[in-house]
Amino acid sequence: MHFRFEIIFDYIPLLLKGAALTIGISALAIVLGSILGLVVSFGKMSTRWYFSWPISGYIHFFRGTPLYVQILIVHFGLVPACIGHTDAIVAAVTALALNSAAYTAEIYRAGIQSIDKGQTEAAQSLGMTSGQTMRFIILPQAVKRMIPAFGNEFIVLIKDSSLVALIAAPELMYWSNVMRGQYLRVWEPYLTAAFIYLILTYSLSKLLGWMEKRGVTG
Amino acid sequence: MSTAPIIEVTNLHKSFGTNIVLRDVSMQVAPGEVVVIIGPSGSGKSTLLRCLNGLEKPENGDIRIEDRSLMQAGVKITEIRSRMGMVFQQFNLFPHLNVLRNITLAPVQVRKQTPIKAEELAMSLLGKVGLLEKAGHYPASLSGGQSQRVAIARALAMEPQIMLFDEPTSALDPEMVGEVLAVMKELAAEGMTMVIVTHEMGFAREVGHRVLFMEQGVIVEEGTPQMLFDDPKQERTRAFLSKVL
Repeated sequence: MHFRFEIIFDYIPLLLKGAALTIGISALAIVLGSILGLVVSFGKMSTRWYFSWPISGYIHFFRGTPLYVQILIVHFGLVPACIGHTDAIVAAVTALALNSAAYTAEIYRAGIQSIDKGQTEAAQSLGMTSGQTMRFIILPQAVKRMIPAFGNEFIVLIKDSSLVALIAAPELMYWSNVMRGQYLRVWEPYLTAAFIYLILTYSLSKLLGWMEKRGVTG
Repeated sequence: MSTAPIIEVTNLHKSFGTNIVLRDVSMQVAPGEVVVIIGPSGSGKSTLLRCLNGLEKPENGDIRIEDRSLMQAGVKITEIRSRMGMVFQQFNLFPHLNVLRNITLAPVQVRKQTPIKAEELAMSLLGKVGLLEKAGHYPASLSGGQSQRVAIARALAMEPQIMLFDEPTSALDPEMVGEVLAVMKELAAEGMTMVIVTHEMGFAREVGHRVLFMEQGVIVEEGTPQMLFDDPKQERTRAFLSKVL
């Protein structure tokens, strides 16, 4: 096999531009998904059925259907219904954030419920409200335990973001496909894309490992 | 001297599923009184204590703290709790906060004290329980006895009217029981109203003004320590005491 490095060099600016968008879409989806996920997890843990039932449905839907289908629904259905026309990047971020929220909600729930009940009782016995108990006692302890699970979720999300090439959001995978189309070559575009994804996920896992260590010591 | 009870429990009934834990329990505690509740495991004594600050919800009956009912709809439970300290068997210190922050958190957040004032009080309480040098330490580095003394200081930082103790020495190694009981003795001597669930019979006899013996969800017998320990009236009390003394 003759590996043509020169076509990679030709395409490197576009691939890097695509990688930047991959990072942007993923980062935005992670932030929005984590915030929404916290809200969703409180809904899921609510004792009021009119909160917990719809939220359960939401979680089941996004965890139980393919992300591919969700992206198409958001791109051709949800986004046009909300803003009148569709936009690949808006749809990509929305779909990934909605999907991620369903997973991070379960991470929050597991983390929050892993904290000993005695902590809540001690806080309540001191006269704290449930909001104060959550903010000062439960979440600070739970977040520490959630870091590894969040790390996994973020890495999955970066990889899953490659699916939005389907709706022509011009991220890394989109440009790799374009490159294959132009040169009719398979190895160069896809191995390069794989390599860039690997750099992204590897750096992220290193970063999270460092955060976890730091979190434990203080 | 006022004799109006600071705690008044009337016909309290509580069950977990089909298991009835409290049957028609009534009791009163006068201000400044030290009441010790003894009895076998599963007798309902801890549940009774937990009902007093709303950690358990009874099905029936009434609990009045400083003449305010806990059972009334819309009652401000957090306000009543902030006037009542509780010490747990498992300490339940906050592991992510150092000793000083464990003590100052509630005064600052709940009572809206300034951090400086809260820290002053916390340091004086740490001095009282003999742990001044531990202020900057985290709970994981404390022994059981030290943890429990910090937990007592934390509860006292809210300047409560009543202190509840739920088997405060049961999770401690034997050599650490004394240091915790000494702190409690001092509190009692200062006139704090205390309700204590314990298996420490010597302590109950020495410090308690009144002892309640509970079994199977009812208060079988109550009286002064002398009456209850030296001359129990009920056969069940005698049977229990012969096993533990």
